[in-house]
Amino acid sequence: MKDIERLLAEIVGQEYVSTAAEERYFYARDPGLMEPHAPDYVVIPKSTDEVQKVVRLANMEKIPVVPMGAGLSLTGLAIPLKGGIVVDMKRMSRILEVNEMGRYALVEGGTSQGALKAYLEKHHPRLRHSIPDAPPTATIAANVTIHGQGRLTQQYGFNSDLVSGMEVVTGVGEICRIGSCALSPDWFSKGAPFPDLSGLFLGWFGATGIITKLGVKLYPRKKLRDVEIFVTDRGDLVPEMVYEITHTEMAEDILAFTQPRPMMFKDNHHVSFYITGDTDEELEFKRKVIWHALDPYIKSKDGGFMGIPPMMKPVLLESPQRSASKLAYVKRGGGFEYSGPIVMLEKYPECTQKLEELAARYDLAYSGMVRVIDGGHAVMFAFAFAFNRADEDMMARTRKALKEVSAFVLKIGGLYWKPTVDEQRLAIQHMDQNTWKLMEMIKANLDPNRIMNPGNWEVY
Amino acid sequence: MQYEEIIHRCFRCGYCKFTSDYNDFNCPTYRKFRFETYSPGGRMCLIRAWLNNEIENSERFQEIIFSCATCANCVEHCVFTFGEDLVNIFMAAREDLVNKGIIPPPVRDYLKNINISGNPYKEPAGERGRWAQGTAVKPYEGQEYLFYVGDVGSYDERGKRIAGAVSNLLTKAQVSFGILGEKEICDGNEVKTLGEAGLFQFLAEENISVFKELGVKKIITLDPHALNAFRKFYPPLGGTYEVFHYSQVLLPLIQSHALPLREYRATVTYHDPCYLGRHNGEYEAPRKILHAVPGLEFVEMDQHGENAFCCGGGGGNFFTDILGGGDDAPNRIRIRQAHETGATVVAVACPQCAKMLEDGLKAEELEQSLEVLDLAEIVTKASA
Repeated sequence: MKDIERLLAEIVGQEYVSTAAEERYFYARDPGLMEPHAPDYVVIPKSTDEVQKVVRLANMEKIPVVPMGAGLSLTGLAIPLKGGIVVDMKRMSRILEVNEMGRYALVEGGTSQGALKAYLEKHHPRLRHSIPDAPPTATIAANVTIHGQGRLTQQYGFNSDLVSGMEVVTGVGEICRIGSCALSPDWFSKGAPFPDLSGLFLGWFGATGIITKLGVKLYPRKKLRDVEIFVTDRGDLVPEMVYEITHTEMAEDILAFTQPRPMMFKDNHHVSFYITGDTDEELEFKRKVIWHALDPYIKSKDGGFMGIPPMMKPVLLESPQRSASKLAYVKRGGGFEYSGPIVMLEKYPECTQKLEELAARYDLAYSGMVRVIDGGHAVMFAFAFAFNRADEDMMARTRKALKEVSAFVLKIGGLYWKPTVDEQRLAIQHMDQNTWKLMEMIKANLDPNRIMNPGNWEVY
Repeated sequence: MQYEEIIHRCFRCGYCKFTSDYNDFNCPTYRKFRFETYSPGGRMCLIRAWLNNEIENSERFQEIIFSCATCANCVEHCVFTFGEDLVNIFMAAREDLVNKGIIPPPVRDYLKNINISGNPYKEPAGERGRWAQGTAVKPYEGQEYLFYVGDVGSYDERGKRIAGAVSNLLTKAQVSFGILGEKEICDGNEVKTLGEAGLFQFLAEENISVFKELGVKKIITLDPHALNAFRKFYPPLGGTYEVFHYSQVLLPLIQSHALPLREYRATVTYHDPCYLGRHNGEYEAPRKILHAVPGLEFVEMDQHGENAFCCGGGGGNFFTDILGGGDDAPNRIRIRQAHETGATVVAVACPQCAKMLEDGLKAEELEQSLEVLDLAEIVTKASA
């Protein structure tokens, strides 16, 4: 073990390698409910070259390698299930290029969402990226690796759809470029018009390689942005309300949420939509088009616009929304966890019913939140439960509720988003077995020694 | 341990590490060490693990706990209500470690020196007022203000020059003030932040007794750390005074032309001391002083005000140096940030910051292009 530590220190520098009990304790767990597994080493590389050397050493020694961004998946995707080396990517945080006309940014694999947001606001105020509501320390590369979503997902798709190129260190330690950057100095496409190889890495949680550089598409930042909330007590009507809003093609982001507290929210469903514009006229035009689309529901007395208190508006317009993290404080216990399956929009009523049923059965504080994806082709439905980290019983009840969500998702034809290892195995069992064989072939070729984030996307 | 009942509430979301615009990580220990364990969320996680006997009190654990600069960036940016107690929680953990007697040697030595000599420099009390010899500064004998100089201003060469600059300006503006000289005792702010509650109480009670005996009502402090102790830690022990940082006294003197200023040409940026800014909410007085200097061009660093990056000297690190060394030592990062503004002078309002940043300046080899000056030294140059 000392030898490996010494060799790692030769690669990244002694101060950026640890085998100490403190790091092994911390990096064994994420803020969610997964069982801890301690790494043997934690390293913090500074360059692609260092990542490559770490992966090559790990191949020689057959040591697991687990890349980590901010470790915020909550589903244990950066927990080293079989020990080995956790590679904390956050020292690789440079923003290497912003191409204003080509509307893309090139960042290193550990760049945080917050840093890119701040950089664009300062240096490229007409551009923005699809920032998720995860805390700003979340890294851009980890987010696309898990098919994360952000503020522009309704308009343009999963954040992984917005990748415009990658540099990866494969499981055998080869540095490989994916997309236009393989042939061109520019990072404008992750695949087309050639075969799109990004799928060999996106959605794999680091089980096929480590993203060391990432191109991400940027989009216009309008001068004005506003939010409206349409409220209904008819959960069954939420899918068609969202459908009508998406039909207008006027909204930036569309969310729906249901939660029992505060009292004004109880038994209601809230569809919030964001609009943007460079002028008041543009904003008002979009607002009126959406109002018109929802007017029938007002006339039928099935819904109406909620007056948003002045104090609430900045909270809703914030990106990322700090309030999202505050769910962890509902039980004054520092914890929340959610299962966020990707489901068809029409499943909203079934999902809310299931959420309320589970919350009642397991006596849990809950929140249900939907983010519309790509014009409504699917939605992410978050079954979110707050728990108290000091209350073992509440944590056990939350685990049971989430396990039931896992079974429910398969039943309604959904897909797990950032699945736990157990959910990955369920998915493997139930998917087309030729699809699984194809995934196995990819894994075997990119990571023949099975050292990359082992335990994920495998049945062993 | 105090706060034990709330320590599990941290979600590890990491807002505490950032500036408010997320421009960069702003926790000095995280910036230096880069392991999550050295971030506020890491500390919260590990303190809980230690209390639950899941990890031991190792040298590494002590380094993690005692390297915190108590800069309060985490307090400023934590999204949860318990965030206001983050620094208090880390101080409570230190107190527990001190009580158990297992602490890093530099911390032990600092506390021992205070205990034995009444100052960290192991100098005799009689030397405290030596910096004022040959000046017009008088012993405190009931003047309007006590000018409390503190350990760094009394014994450190750089600190003494700043103490001299402040006292000269106060004298020039005919402010009624005096110093305690050999009667002055360590204010105890760093003793308290390093977790030695008993020693702090002894020091505070001694000071309160001296202040009472001399009839002190108003105090001007050289060091924002002393300001913090007098404002926040002394009142519960019966020591309530009107306490001012010297910048808060100089500003009205400048505005009323009691200290007339002439042209001083320089491009100046200002480093907010954590114990003046985030801990005590004073961001404006130093800036207004700089703006009042004719010919001075003022430029802000990106990370300023409540987002200021700490020099790394807080929480006792000025004396223990647990956070020093290497390219990413906070004082070097801060100097690089100051240099990026194009400033030729980085202004400070704290003798600890002055010394820390001068060390950073040397390490970055930027002495030819940048100079660290205290506000009082800048005002002195402008009033010469």
